[in-house]
Amino acid sequence: MILSVKDLSVSRGGRLLLSGLNFEVLPSEALVLTGPNGLGKTSLLRTLAGLQPQAGGEIITENETAVYAGHADGLKSGLSVIENLRFWADIFASRHRLNDALEQFDLSDLKNRLAGRLSAGQKRRLGLARLVLSERPLWLLDEPTVSLDEPSRQGFYKTLQTHFDDGGGAVIVSHTPLALARSPKVMDLSLFAAQGFFTTEVDAFL
Amino acid sequence: MMALLMRDLKLAFRAGGGFGFAILFFFIVTLLLAFGIGPDVVLLGKIAPGALWVCALLACLLSLDRLFALDYEDGTLDLLTVAPIPLEAVVFAKSCAHWITTGLPLALVAPLLGIFLDLPAEGYLWVFLSLLAGTPALSMIGAFGAALTLGLRRGGLLLSVLVLPLYVPTLIFGAEVARRGTVGMDVQTPFLLLVALSFGALALLPFAAAAVLRINLR
Repeated sequence: MILSVKDLSVSRGGRLLLSGLNFEVLPSEALVLTGPNGLGKTSLLRTLAGLQPQAGGEIITENETAVYAGHADGLKSGLSVIENLRFWADIFASRHRLNDALEQFDLSDLKNRLAGRLSAGQKRRLGLARLVLSERPLWLLDEPTVSLDEPSRQGFYKTLQTHFDDGGGAVIVSHTPLALARSPKVMDLSLFAAQGFFTTEVDAFL
Repeated sequence: MMALLMRDLKLAFRAGGGFGFAILFFFIVTLLLAFGIGPDVVLLGKIAPGALWVCALLACLLSLDRLFALDYEDGTLDLLTVAPIPLEAVVFAKSCAHWITTGLPLALVAPLLGIFLDLPAEGYLWVFLSLLAGTPALSMIGAFGAALTLGLRRGGLLLSVLVLPLYVPTLIFGAEVARRGTVGMDVQTPFLLLVALSFGALALLPFAAAAVLRINLR
């Protein structure tokens, strides 16, 4: 087991969004979270990543297990593609070869181009290449295929499959079905929507 | 931590990175002050150490609102929070980069700008040394203020209001070192206090700033 969630409640700005969540992510397994906009999918991912505290319940995972890819890719427009990747490789003390990551996401020809001059899809690919360098078993992905064209999407699925083959897992928020080799578990978060109560009296005023 | 420091330095020195703005601002404000006071060389020489310190302090403030804001906007701060590097180290590295690109150059050019204010020759070394010892505290206190105002609209204005009062002890001891050094008095006590302020800020404020960042990132 890479991640286990027990009776988890998620809030944002003091407002309870989701409650009663129970799930597990096993090695080589993907969990896809679906639900309408504003339900709390991103908040749930941020909670799982440790970026915000849970309103209740338990998240069981080992330290430094997860890597998070949100809506923003964390790229510096003033640095080249290779410099951006090298930075994250250094941060994660990655043993992965930068050129392999570039090749995996079809960025080899762009490696000396400034990230600020990339298209939205190319930026997304560069942001996703960071995941490979992290060498972490749990990927928390928020709409990873947004801006990607079909070939890039297929490339991403291939990388995801390699990650699963290596025993990794993923929690993915996505509005579009993912064409993975092995069908992922899908969880409709609408079933866990809270009624919008404030988590505490104090939070209501924050 | 070194990777973050090197990345921030690289970004600062590249086009659009903002390196040089603080020095330019320091230059302009000092020049305006000299024009505003007029050709009274005795008065200028007397106020030069303190005036240079105030101008350097304001110049230091100029780039603070970008310290965490850029990383916050492009998502880097979120990713760094999840990365295997303590947020305290992130604050420390970014403050060091701010000091290298702002505090250190200000200390280096301050004696040159002293010429505009008719700073006596004896004061050049002490203005440089006092700024060298005091600007790390300015960067660190500024980082704490930048963390506090992260994500706020018009955070830059609030940052100035929050940080300037916190700069007062550093300014008092820094300007006093420069003044005493200029007139040939003993500088040991204010200089040691200034160094203590910088070390104290370097030791404690990364923890405070990181705690504030964690709350602001929620």
